[in-house]
Amino acid sequence: MKETTITLTINGRTHEPAVQPNETLLQVLRKLGYTDVKSGCEKGDCGACAVLLDGDAVNSCLVLARQADGGEVVTNSGLGTLDDPHPLQEAFADAGAVQCGFCTPGMIVSAKALLDRNPNPTEEEIREAIAGNLCRCTGYAQIVDAVQLAAQRMSAKTGGES
Amino acid sequence: MTQHVKSLPETDVKPLRQVGRPLRRVDALGKATGTTAYAADFEMPQMLHAKVFRSRKPSARIVDLDVSRAEALEGVACVLTAEDLPGGQLATDMPGQTGREERKGSKAPVLASDRVRYLGEPIALVAAETLEIAEEALDLIDVEYEPFPGVFDPLEAMKPDAPVVYEPDNIVASWRIRKGDVEAGFAEADKIVENTFTMPFIDHAYLEPEAGVAWMDDQNVINIRVCTQVVEHFRSIAAAVGVPHNKVHVRGTMIGGGFGGKEDITVEIFLALLTKTTRRPVKLVYTREESILGHSKRHPFIITHRTGVKNDGKITAAEIEMVANAGAYPYLSPYVSLYATVTSCGPYKVDNLKVDTKAVATNNPFTSAFRGFGGAQAAVAYEQQMDEIAKVLSMDPLDVRRANFLETGDENAIGQTIESAVWLEEEANRALDALGERTPETGSIKVGRGFATTMQSYGRIMWFHDTSRSWVGIEQDGSVVVRCGVPDLGAGQASSLCQIAAEVLGVPMDDVTVYYSDSALTPLAGTTTATRQLYMSGNATLKASGMVRDVLLERAAAYFDVDPGDLDIADREVFVTGSAQLRDSDSRTRLRPDPLPLGDLAKMCAADGMKLQHLALFTAPFTDQLDPENLRGDLFPDFTFSAHAVEVAVDTETGEVTLLKSVGCHDVGRAINPTAVVGQIQGGSAQGIGWALMEEVQVNEGYMMTPSYSEYLIPTAKDLPKTEAIILESGTGVGPLGAKGIGEPSLTPAAPAVANAVADALGVRVADLPITPERVLEAWERKGGE
Repeated sequence: MKETTITLTINGRTHEPAVQPNETLLQVLRKLGYTDVKSGCEKGDCGACAVLLDGDAVNSCLVLARQADGGEVVTNSGLGTLDDPHPLQEAFADAGAVQCGFCTPGMIVSAKALLDRNPNPTEEEIREAIAGNLCRCTGYAQIVDAVQLAAQRMSAKTGGES
Repeated sequence: MTQHVKSLPETDVKPLRQVGRPLRRVDALGKATGTTAYAADFEMPQMLHAKVFRSRKPSARIVDLDVSRAEALEGVACVLTAEDLPGGQLATDMPGQTGREERKGSKAPVLASDRVRYLGEPIALVAAETLEIAEEALDLIDVEYEPFPGVFDPLEAMKPDAPVVYEPDNIVASWRIRKGDVEAGFAEADKIVENTFTMPFIDHAYLEPEAGVAWMDDQNVINIRVCTQVVEHFRSIAAAVGVPHNKVHVRGTMIGGGFGGKEDITVEIFLALLTKTTRRPVKLVYTREESILGHSKRHPFIITHRTGVKNDGKITAAEIEMVANAGAYPYLSPYVSLYATVTSCGPYKVDNLKVDTKAVATNNPFTSAFRGFGGAQAAVAYEQQMDEIAKVLSMDPLDVRRANFLETGDENAIGQTIESAVWLEEEANRALDALGERTPETGSIKVGRGFATTMQSYGRIMWFHDTSRSWVGIEQDGSVVVRCGVPDLGAGQASSLCQIAAEVLGVPMDDVTVYYSDSALTPLAGTTTATRQLYMSGNATLKASGMVRDVLLERAAAYFDVDPGDLDIADREVFVTGSAQLRDSDSRTRLRPDPLPLGDLAKMCAADGMKLQHLALFTAPFTDQLDPENLRGDLFPDFTFSAHAVEVAVDTETGEVTLLKSVGCHDVGRAINPTAVVGQIQGGSAQGIGWALMEEVQVNEGYMMTPSYSEYLIPTAKDLPKTEAIILESGTGVGPLGAKGIGEPSLTPAAPAVANAVADALGVRVADLPITPERVLEAWERKGGE
């Protein structure tokens, strides 16, 4: 198969990987070292590989790398770091929303996409937003708590403005 | 988070400053920021990629296996079959029937040679320059099968003329209890209630598929970085590969979920063989489909209860028959069926008891550990049976249970005295109260409520003579290091050790760094299974931390010229407590001295050559094996007693069951970290609810029908209400500071509670899990639909 070179901006860095026609965005991201993007099923069932592509949460296993050419990708590790975590990451840690942690990067990405368009979601809206992200450890309750906590902290920080 | 603390018992460590607080787990932020590396995230220079060639038949003879075409493919480094294994036939560490000689043929081959016994059984291994080449090589392996009769139903497999999965027969394990006089008990009964309950194969469905990377180092040690609940498999791996134990080094990573499914060896031996053969690093990562085909399942059980009761609800006799479907190889079936046997009559006093349990081989996926480990399957049956008894007697379900609850000091089914608190009645009442007002019914929607009260052991079977080690040291700036070989499943195993060390050494938890899950570089702490790590490694860490504290206080006592008992440590400082009598040698009262920073004290100790690092060993009680023909004696360190209550809505037109409310109430002895305990209760019950309502690994004549998350459904965020977690703390557990275990007990009561609620809604019982819409409608029709 013929490789082509694509351009991706990932967490603010520009990459120009050569990709196969059948390679998924998930495979390319992991090859480039963005291993916080997890591979759980490779067919869009679990959401562990979710990333933001041009602002929308997508399962990167369902996007061909070529389709993302020229796109801007943000993974969970692009949202914050251990020393400077994103409020969602901090809230997940505080609320007990992290157990084994394997679903967490994708879960936080889905939550980020939600809060970007709806800064004060209801419990039902949160559950809807993360319905495509499977978690086998928590029963989801502390994850919902974490998203609510992050939303509160973020709106407090911006003085209640959305 | 809702929680009610009933009482906080006295402890040696007081006041508690860290333990009992909902602190952020030490592993939480690394995971939340995507910093934590999992087994599949590692790469090495010159690394090869591996794939496993698996059987496409559930039962067949291998007539011919030809790997020459695969070997010839450019980029293939090696192809291994059973012939390439040192010593030919190899085995992983499958137990035989405990208490007897190891059962002949009870071991599973690493690679099948002459026969395959389940779909997906490994036959050959490929290592290649790229994953794509390894995948291509699989298609070039030629295998010729000859049909071999299979058996798929455990009841069929027990018949004398059934095909034998492996010699000598299909009975993998059998256990019996004979207690009291069952015939007399039944003669005394007013009513006899008999029911059969079944439950299916279940997949652990952890989000992280099995993965590992292995390499040889400059001492010829095979290093394996892998997600495993048991780093101490290094011994079995070494035996399988034909090297001394000290030439295998398992480096456990954070585990992306296990629940028992990463208790048995998964990729380790494959990786060890491939790296030893190629002398290059090798990586093997399962796909989701391969994970579902390749790892163990929860045992399906068929359980029949025949119970004699008086009109006041008192049980006079019980006869219980259990048949577990062990699948193609025994793995932990003997122990799973033992757990089921011992808790077969639940947390109830049954003086006249007859139990017969068999685990039976079939040509299905093999079965082994899954959170609850037979105790959960037993509960699904005994708790539905208690509700059926209540129905026959027209009694309240809690009243029937109340008439039979075990109490502290009573003997359980096998004569082991329960030493710790049994708060079942209070737990049930609190859980039921928390359901609040009943949701009204509308149209075809029926609303029902159910609960279950259960017991689940924590800590391993005592005849295994379980031990754990933990090392605690303090650095010269007052920071603390814990080294303990505990594999971390994600339930906070490592973090809880930090919380305990922080408590004892008077530092914030952030000052503690933990090294864990390494078979060579951290002290061996045993398996992360059987709800044993807080009990075992928590106690070892408490002990080691105490030894460090004693040294610190000895030196500080000299510095302050007081007794060590007059000192305490908190907020990184050692200080003289308020109650201390401070007098000089000439009996004049002194001013209370300034606190001493912990780092300064550690430096003083180091200068004096005092020992600031301690390794502690904790041993569980050791007992002898019990007689499998009539189990009697002490088997487990202790039990956690639990209740779960739910409210469901059942649509009698569509058969759909919706969970409306869910409450778990557990006496955890002491909650080391309440947030983590709530997480266990909510997450464990979610698995129990999935088991009750939607999960089933469907196998048709040995063929897997549910090989992905598209077919194998687990609960999503929209399938579950928030489970309210109610924590009680009796302080009577054998874990650190009176803690009991919660990992497995959190799951055990949930599934029967849901089954009882559906039966309450419908007025008729669906006795087979999962309670699918089809089964609901069938039951509703059977009842004559109203």
